[in-house]
Amino acid sequence: MTGRPRLPIVYAVVAVLGLGALSVGLQTVRDRYPLPANQEETLYLTQRATGRLVFTHRSLVSDLYWIRAIQYFGNRSQRAQRLASTFLPPPPALAANPPGDFDLLYPLLDITTTLDPRFNIAYRFGAIFLSEDYPRGPGRPEQAVALLEKGLQTSPDKWQYWQDIGFVYYWNKHEYPKAGAAFARGAEIPGAPWWLRSLAATTLARGGDRSASRLLWQQLGETANNEYARNAARLKLQQLDAIEIIEKLQKGIEVFAARRGTPVTSWNDLIAARLIPGVPLDPAGVPYELLSSSRVGVSPQSPLFPLPFEPAARPGS
Amino acid sequence: MRTLGWIAINGFRESVRDKVMYSLVVFAILLIGTSYILGQLTAGQDLKIMKDLGLSSISIFGLFMSVFIGIGLVSKEVERRSIYGLLAKPVRRHEIVLGKFAGLVLTLTVNIAIMTIALYLVLAYVGWGENELAKQAREAPAADPAILKAVVLILVQLMIVTATALFFSTFSTPILSAGLTLGVYVAGYFSQDLRNFDQVVNSKAVQMLARGLYYVLPNFAPFDITSQVVHGLPISAQYMAATIGYGVVYIAMLLVAGATIFSMRDFK
Repeated sequence: MTGRPRLPIVYAVVAVLGLGALSVGLQTVRDRYPLPANQEETLYLTQRATGRLVFTHRSLVSDLYWIRAIQYFGNRSQRAQRLASTFLPPPPALAANPPGDFDLLYPLLDITTTLDPRFNIAYRFGAIFLSEDYPRGPGRPEQAVALLEKGLQTSPDKWQYWQDIGFVYYWNKHEYPKAGAAFARGAEIPGAPWWLRSLAATTLARGGDRSASRLLWQQLGETANNEYARNAARLKLQQLDAIEIIEKLQKGIEVFAARRGTPVTSWNDLIAARLIPGVPLDPAGVPYELLSSSRVGVSPQSPLFPLPFEPAARPGS
Repeated sequence: MRTLGWIAINGFRESVRDKVMYSLVVFAILLIGTSYILGQLTAGQDLKIMKDLGLSSISIFGLFMSVFIGIGLVSKEVERRSIYGLLAKPVRRHEIVLGKFAGLVLTLTVNIAIMTIALYLVLAYVGWGENELAKQAREAPAADPAILKAVVLILVQLMIVTATALFFSTFSTPILSAGLTLGVYVAGYFSQDLRNFDQVVNSKAVQMLARGLYYVLPNFAPFDITSQVVHGLPISAQYMAATIGYGVVYIAMLLVAGATIFSMRDFK
């Protein structure tokens, strides 16, 4: 027994609890005043700067950034798709500028490829990620092209990058002459497959034609050496199938509506008239939606949603 | 020569008795094994991750071994005063330095060999389950023999670090030696920048100093061929020979300097 009074311990406990509560309170107050984010400055590292930071382990750090980029894209894509399927579509003015949910994707890919300039998959997958339309991706085809062009600076012999550039121009930007030119540039590289030259010719002759689009995705799906690219090609082919089915359904609905004199707003009308056996399903197995405006579309719950803006047919094609 | 071998074997035995060494090797092997799990998160880049992580683990843990064992090789003997017993024997001082170096290099070689075998086992396991399409798409095969080239250069680089640590430990305290060795290691990666100093600095004196440091400090950047190996790029025999040759010469220079300083030291 020391005979010391217990009062100081009580004081200490009270002081610790009080300070703890104060720190929680201060954190809450501080969180109300977030620091302004300056992503460009904090994320962008030159090749030399990154080299200084990671010494000899640049390749390993590029892997870590790549994993971060994949996770970032996956998380943001899921969140954006969930939001898109939960809420009503935004007005066109807002839809043209999708929320900046994917702001860090390009910087992450840029750092990855700066650290390891020969990181083939980071360029190719990165371009797919960047060019995916919102909400599946950020819808930034120009960044996808920039990333692939960066890859060509290090590896000018990679015809695959030209193929991917052509792809972005074709599918996302609908600039068929540029797409054809990119395919042709790729075809000139020794070792490029024979079909790249015919792809260039087809694109230049029939750019925007659905059969040309189908050919493009089939080639990518057949030549892809990884599951992600094969899945992406499969999805696009299913979307093309969905567009074709929608066109047929739309035509049938219009004919039926003209015959009975009132607009068709429910699948039940067509089922009752025995025009269709049941609610039609899209290629992913999700029922199509028939809107009150009599327009047919894929459900926001479908993995095919949203359907791509289909390349417009060129005049005279 | 027999004396030198005896000191080396004893140094090796001393390292083997060190528990920290086992921990480092086990941790490195665990890390290499973990790369298999990490590889699943990389959209088809599992082999790249495994090779990168494996080679980096070998390099990082090898660096720890080189520095923290290298700095104690001589200074520990002095601190424990066991150096007096050693010097009383018919052993020349430079043989002590060279023997200690050889012992640690032997330790490093054995440990790096164990880590390399672990890496190859993980890579072979992953490569074994691959389909033909995936194999064709690879820039380099799974258990690529070229990985050995990267491992050899890592070993030579670590030998330079060991020689540096040993050099500093002949006249300095362990803590200072560790700091100086790590400083040289870091500076060794920036020596290319020193060469190009004249592009950013106008002062002739600074330019000459930077150029002088470029030639004096070890240049570690050429020893890093991980990226080339991982991407299946060719590494010529001439490049390997020139880099290893540079390493051997630099090690010899450090050992001569270290042995000279140690020979001149007055132990009282």
